[in-house]
Amino acid sequence: MSLLEFTPSGIYCPQADVHLDPWRPVNKALITHGHSDHASWGHGSYLCTTSAAAVIRHRLNLTGNLHSVPYNKQLYINGVEFSFHPAGHIPGSAQIRVAYQGEVWVFSGDYKLQYDGISEPFEPVKCHTFITESTFGLPVYKWKPQQEVFNDINEWWRKNQSRGKVTVLAGYALGKSQRILKNVEASIGKIMVHGAIDSITEIFRSQGLPLPETTYVTTEMKKKDFDGALVVCPPSAVGSPWLKKFEPYSLGIASGWMGLRGARRRRGADRGFVLSDHADWLELNQAVAETGAERVFVTHGYSEIFARWLREKGLDAAEVKTQYEGELSEIAESGIDESKEESKTES
Amino acid sequence: MKFFASLFTALDQTTKTLDKIDALVDYFEKASDQDKLWAIAILSHRRPKRTVSASLLGTWATERSNLPLWLFEESYHVVGDLAETITLVLPPSTQRSDESLTYWIEFIKGLEPFDVTEKKEKILDAWSRLEPAERFVFNKFITGGFRIGVSQQLMVKALSKHAGVKENVVAHRLMGNWSPLTNTYQDLVLSEELKDVSRPYPFYLAYALEGTVESLGDPAEWQAEWKWDGIRGQIIVRDGTLFVWSRGEELVTDKYPEYSALLTTLPNGTVLDGEILPFKNEQPLSFNMLQTRIGRKSLSPKILSEVPVAFVAYDVLEYNDIDIRNYKLRERRKILEEICDHQNPVLRISPVINFSDWAHLRDQRDHAREFFSEGVMLKRKDSVYRDGRRRGDWWKWKIDPFTVDAVMIYAMSGHGRRANLYTDYTFAVWSGDQLVPFTKAYSGLTDEEIREVDRWIRMNTIEKFGPVRNVKPQLVFEIAFEGIAKSTRHKSGIALRFPRINRWRKDKPIKEANTLQDLLAVLLSNS
Repeated sequence: MSLLEFTPSGIYCPQADVHLDPWRPVNKALITHGHSDHASWGHGSYLCTTSAAAVIRHRLNLTGNLHSVPYNKQLYINGVEFSFHPAGHIPGSAQIRVAYQGEVWVFSGDYKLQYDGISEPFEPVKCHTFITESTFGLPVYKWKPQQEVFNDINEWWRKNQSRGKVTVLAGYALGKSQRILKNVEASIGKIMVHGAIDSITEIFRSQGLPLPETTYVTTEMKKKDFDGALVVCPPSAVGSPWLKKFEPYSLGIASGWMGLRGARRRRGADRGFVLSDHADWLELNQAVAETGAERVFVTHGYSEIFARWLREKGLDAAEVKTQYEGELSEIAESGIDESKEESKTES
Repeated sequence: MKFFASLFTALDQTTKTLDKIDALVDYFEKASDQDKLWAIAILSHRRPKRTVSASLLGTWATERSNLPLWLFEESYHVVGDLAETITLVLPPSTQRSDESLTYWIEFIKGLEPFDVTEKKEKILDAWSRLEPAERFVFNKFITGGFRIGVSQQLMVKALSKHAGVKENVVAHRLMGNWSPLTNTYQDLVLSEELKDVSRPYPFYLAYALEGTVESLGDPAEWQAEWKWDGIRGQIIVRDGTLFVWSRGEELVTDKYPEYSALLTTLPNGTVLDGEILPFKNEQPLSFNMLQTRIGRKSLSPKILSEVPVAFVAYDVLEYNDIDIRNYKLRERRKILEEICDHQNPVLRISPVINFSDWAHLRDQRDHAREFFSEGVMLKRKDSVYRDGRRRGDWWKWKIDPFTVDAVMIYAMSGHGRRANLYTDYTFAVWSGDQLVPFTKAYSGLTDEEIREVDRWIRMNTIEKFGPVRNVKPQLVFEIAFEGIAKSTRHKSGIALRFPRINRWRKDKPIKEANTLQDLLAVLLSNS
């Protein structure tokens, strides 16, 4: 019996009878973070980190069946030791360490190594077997230091202001948006947010995350209310009539996919900023090396390619099919997946 | 090259014409004359001669980044552009370069005499000195296919604004046989003198008719001609020399020896606009015949007798050394009729179609295919000869295409804007109970449909061979095409002209797709 197994419902620990980020309803689920492909509906009970709990409770409308645990604290289920460790992906996100009779597995969930200013910084965890994502598992994906990206965003915002345009920047409602709020130069002008982002931002504020003041965009607002403003919205708002009220505006998209010229041009935005909450090629390799793992399972992303690369470097690596963001289809147009989530969880 | 790289970045970041013009004008203000000239050359697709092969570049970048070749290739499939893939996989540059655009172009040209090892050393050195945006344009200069999203018309606008020279004058000056090696910015853009006797005029191009033909108003104001399916060209006789230009701004005089007879037929100082058309026994031939000739390096007597060409003249742009593009069409037509009134069978005037009302013209248009015409051209009799593609005075009114319902069986990811999306499809029709591939088509779907099909392809792949996926035969599309010909190069035995996707037939099961017999029947009835 393997410590963790890949089943049609998700990653399963038979000894403890729990699932990690399952996509079909199960009895007990351990959840790495609140994005909808990892935290899904209908499980009997949920367990996540203390800082992830409020968001997951809000998004899944949970009451008594959500439990939480601080980072690095061991808990035992039928003799199996479980602990959550910072994944650096979004606030509250975790890797899950599973240990039993001297054997250690780590499931990464989604992660990045670069510190983003809001998430608990990634911590490498030693293990025998590492289950890693590979969303950007190609050597063409290499992120710049985030300060450089925000310098570009600030400059673009200032330029739009001087041309009398509203600045609209699209980014994932949970995580990316708050990262933008935290790092953008707030003194440039008024920062406004879409409703989907407002509710999550409020939750993070109540958890003590210092974020600049934002105004929630309402239907009653007039053109002059947006004068010189930065409006942060989810990707689902791009192409929707909701954007009309900001005209004239310049539209930007903040996503790792914007690293490729083809994707940038296809998106029809004025600007594409390469800003991702996933590890780039170098970080993926660094993370795998730092676990010291001899065996690696590669989940969502360029899993086939990254697994082959790791095998050539002498690791025992294999691709695993999961439902985390599907195959490459979401990679090609990841905005679709994100927008699905927005419409599902927010009105 | 920093200025040029940031010009490129600025152009790439916007879809708005005004922003693009601003960026270009801004560049022209800052750049040296020599750099300006190279920028104009590159934007009008005159790149320096290739001195390093694209595949060598890929190999060196792979080595430099310590990647296995297969991983570089996988990356290339995803990125869809070699120059960009190289830019992205290379380690960051270690030095900085303040050299100009001209320096780097000279650098690329200067590689010519070196052997492969020396070339490699120089290229690696260049990569270590260039920042990502510079590196990308540098690679693009070498690999070619640099699509910057700036049309000739847009560049002309910006240059006109910068130089204070009228747009139509700039457009004309940028035509033809110039190169940054032999011309200066001064003599190309600013000089009043027309030194280049071979210089053609910008072609006037028509849009497809929008709405009904009746919307054009009084039929008496319009001249109708057949739209010929050959190669648009210009014949120039100046200083006792004949030049033939194709619309792609390529000097093709040598490819059509038949036209040398026109040197004596046409008076000195004449420029004709017309169609290079395969023509035999007083009949046009199909475009397909011309294509068999275009590909040849040398023209054998056999091919010259099998596919002779005529020049079907549409218009006269210069007469007695005078630019008459601002004469009205009805006046130019009179001159053209005089010029073409002779016994030389190589030069033919494009006949006007006589029609009393629009219905009458519509009837005649229905017969266009019978003599390999694609439809009808409508030109306002009072119109001057403009430059570039313009609405209003000239319209093409094409006949409806042929259509066939076909099943998608292979898909490949696209390039450029369509990179990392499955957009290039191979279609099949039935032959008995087999699906026989007969054409590829790349365009015709909306962005939304492309994403939907892409998603479907990824979920319904039977097999992968490199970038190609063999998919479950399930999706049916209506393919439109302009013509059909026999082909020994294709398994199906036929080749289509201008195939494209007309629409996605979600309503059709694959059983109802067309058969190879249906296509052969179209072939028979049209040859």
